[in-house]
Amino acid sequence: MTTTSDAPKAGFRPSQLIYDTRYRSLTIQVIAFIALMLGLSWLVSNTIANLSALGKDFDFGFLGQRAGYDINQRLIEYDSASTHGRAALVGILNTLLIAVLGCALATVVGVLAGVLRLSKNWLVAKLMAVYVEGFRNIPVLLWILLIFALMTEATPQPRDFREGGDASMILGDTIAITNRGVFIPAPFWGAGAGILLAVFLVSLVAIFFWRRYAHRTQEQTGRILPIGWGTLGLLIVPTAVAFLALGMTSGRVTQPVLATGATEGMTLTDYAASQQTINACAVPFSTESLNLRRLMRSQEIRFNYVAVEDAAGALAALEAGNCNILSLPASVDLATVPAGAVALSDTIRRGMPVEFERPVLGGFNFEGGLQLRNSLIALWLALSLYTGAFIAENVRGGILSVSKGQTEAAYALGIKPSRTMRLVILPQALRVIIPPMISQYLNLTKNSSLAIAVGYMDVRSTLGGITINQTGKELEGMLLLGLFYLVTSLIISSAMNLYNSRVKLKER
Amino acid sequence: MKKSVLFGALTVTGLVAGAAQAATLDDVKERGELNCGVVTGLAGFGAPDANGVWEGFDVAVCRAVAAAVLGDPTAVNFVPTTGQTRFTALASGEIDMLARNTTWTFSRDTDLKFDFAGVNYYDGQGFIVPTALGVSSAKDLDGATVCIQTGTTTELNLADFFRNNNISYEPVPVETNAEAQQQYLAGACDAYTTDASGLAATRATFENPGEHVILPEIISKEPLGPLVRHGDNEWGDIVRWTLNALIAAEEFGVTSANVNELAAAPGTNPEVNRLLGTEGELGAMIGLENEWAKNAIAAGGNYGEIFEKNIGENTPIGLARGLNAQWTNGGLIYAPPFR
Repeated sequence: MTTTSDAPKAGFRPSQLIYDTRYRSLTIQVIAFIALMLGLSWLVSNTIANLSALGKDFDFGFLGQRAGYDINQRLIEYDSASTHGRAALVGILNTLLIAVLGCALATVVGVLAGVLRLSKNWLVAKLMAVYVEGFRNIPVLLWILLIFALMTEATPQPRDFREGGDASMILGDTIAITNRGVFIPAPFWGAGAGILLAVFLVSLVAIFFWRRYAHRTQEQTGRILPIGWGTLGLLIVPTAVAFLALGMTSGRVTQPVLATGATEGMTLTDYAASQQTINACAVPFSTESLNLRRLMRSQEIRFNYVAVEDAAGALAALEAGNCNILSLPASVDLATVPAGAVALSDTIRRGMPVEFERPVLGGFNFEGGLQLRNSLIALWLALSLYTGAFIAENVRGGILSVSKGQTEAAYALGIKPSRTMRLVILPQALRVIIPPMISQYLNLTKNSSLAIAVGYMDVRSTLGGITINQTGKELEGMLLLGLFYLVTSLIISSAMNLYNSRVKLKER
Repeated sequence: MKKSVLFGALTVTGLVAGAAQAATLDDVKERGELNCGVVTGLAGFGAPDANGVWEGFDVAVCRAVAAAVLGDPTAVNFVPTTGQTRFTALASGEIDMLARNTTWTFSRDTDLKFDFAGVNYYDGQGFIVPTALGVSSAKDLDGATVCIQTGTTTELNLADFFRNNNISYEPVPVETNAEAQQQYLAGACDAYTTDASGLAATRATFENPGEHVILPEIISKEPLGPLVRHGDNEWGDIVRWTLNALIAAEEFGVTSANVNELAAAPGTNPEVNRLLGTEGELGAMIGLENEWAKNAIAAGGNYGEIFEKNIGENTPIGLARGLNAQWTNGGLIYAPPFR
């Protein structure tokens, strides 16, 4: 008998696609893929058919059209004559601002609450438990609205700050908490700000090297250097010294104030009294303009602000009569000043590398300074506290995941509790904490789209709200919006994944 | 060897959506109910009363259309919409018509693909400020904080007004009239701007209406009216002529009190007869019962009655007819002939 024990070479039969486990999974995948593609193509063709039935076209040209609406909080220049694309950009920056601020505060709050919830102090631990359970079990929208309502209803109106009103600014008249937001002094960069910044950067580099040196010293000799104090000192001292030094050396420059229709040596107050309106020419964001405004505000003079390009433009505007008062850098030769303009007796001393513009009560509202709108504060606090509660639980879980023996071993070696936490527990806990933390950051970023509830102009409110409403481009707008959140989330998660791969257990 | 037909079965192509728009009229009749988009709540124009029944000047238009189409003024499903959601709701077919102080503009009529059925209120945008502010003109509002409903034409008018007058302001965007009212009363904004009629309606609900003043400037033309989707002209005609029937009824003295009597038998005025279906076949021409207009008028009265009952001078809103008087009384309200 010729026995050929050859395995049946027949090879592939179509029925194997179903009955052979080697091929079955492939078959199922192919079918699922085709079904998915068919579903997608049906969605797309349905959309196209419906759009054409409605007589709508699909294009993104609306992004180049004039927006026509104003946005209160803008990090870049924008007015109602800008385009819808620019408005979307303003919204995107506002979203990113709240996301960054929120993630930072949520991390601080979350880590603190998570650690404190494990505290041996009964009261502290229970308080943190109440915080965590209270915040994470109530929808974030309610918290946003609640904090916003508190900020609006429980704080005084700007006009209560007038004489006779019952509200006053705090911290030496520098900060005003009103129902329209918190006004804080705004920094302006003057001469020497570059040097100050350089000193600050150098001190950051110094901190880096100091920490490296301290670690190396400890590893080699076991001697522990004061890392924390050293860092703090390096952060503050050089910059403060540079600030004072710059202020001392250049603080004596005086800046003349020129006015038309004045007599030589007139004071600003007398001049203001002699004129019907005061129009001040100033270059926006320049120190001169800031100083002039400060001077006039300090004397409670009402004035109109005329923005000009540069010092020469200011002089031309003064000559043309567009404004009647201006202030020039001390370097400008007074001989070049047009006839009719004379220097007032008031001069401005200047020269600080950083000047702070205080908010001052104007006609309807505080003027100058930096306004943190209630919408921003409410959204920021609510999102941070809400997400912080989740992060606290992640942190607590992470710390509990490190076996108690580790702590006991560290104590047995005589390591202080704070160093035990920092050097033994946290590095191991971080491996557990980071991955869920990523999704909390993503949640916070996406939850920021609730901003419209308090009138915060994020990208959902500008592009996804007003722009869609004015142009009728729902599909395009929503697609762009979805794309933006997708890209942002992917960037956040890949950045956090990088960090995660640095702290995770290295296995070789 | 058997050939598998597995892949063959999957080569299905040409899945084309049945996107042809069905006639709205048939949909409404089949549903037995009219989906009408209204405001989220604006006293006098559209708000639920203590029993949850919607009433108001705009709501009356919904009821009249429901009465004309279905014979029952209560067969309306009111869908509250905000300034931001209203157009999407209408374009997507969630509502059959929108009767919600919406301004008739070129781009909404053309680019957004809607059809305005007419104007039921000629309005203009104004400002309300607390009397204590001492402001007498909108041009004094330099640097003021202004509450504004987002997604409205008022938002654009506001930007244009301040830009034209070269004065600055800070917009505080809010979603609904109620929210704006709360912010304004809390003093979070110095002024609130919307259609003057809306300001009057809002002020009427204040605890102390006397402490607030509506500034004299009217900075825009705001013809408000009901609207429908573009493309279904039959349905558009029904809404348009229902509104016109209410207006014509006032002109000819047909009221909710005497409409049944006048519709019982042909009277002396042939236009009234045609309107009420005792003469001619106007109903059939727009695909409705011959007594469609009678039903619409019986629902809430004629235009004048609706005005007086909801927003007229004897109501807390207290609006004068002004531009919204009949053309015979020097106003702009005018219905084309029923012929």
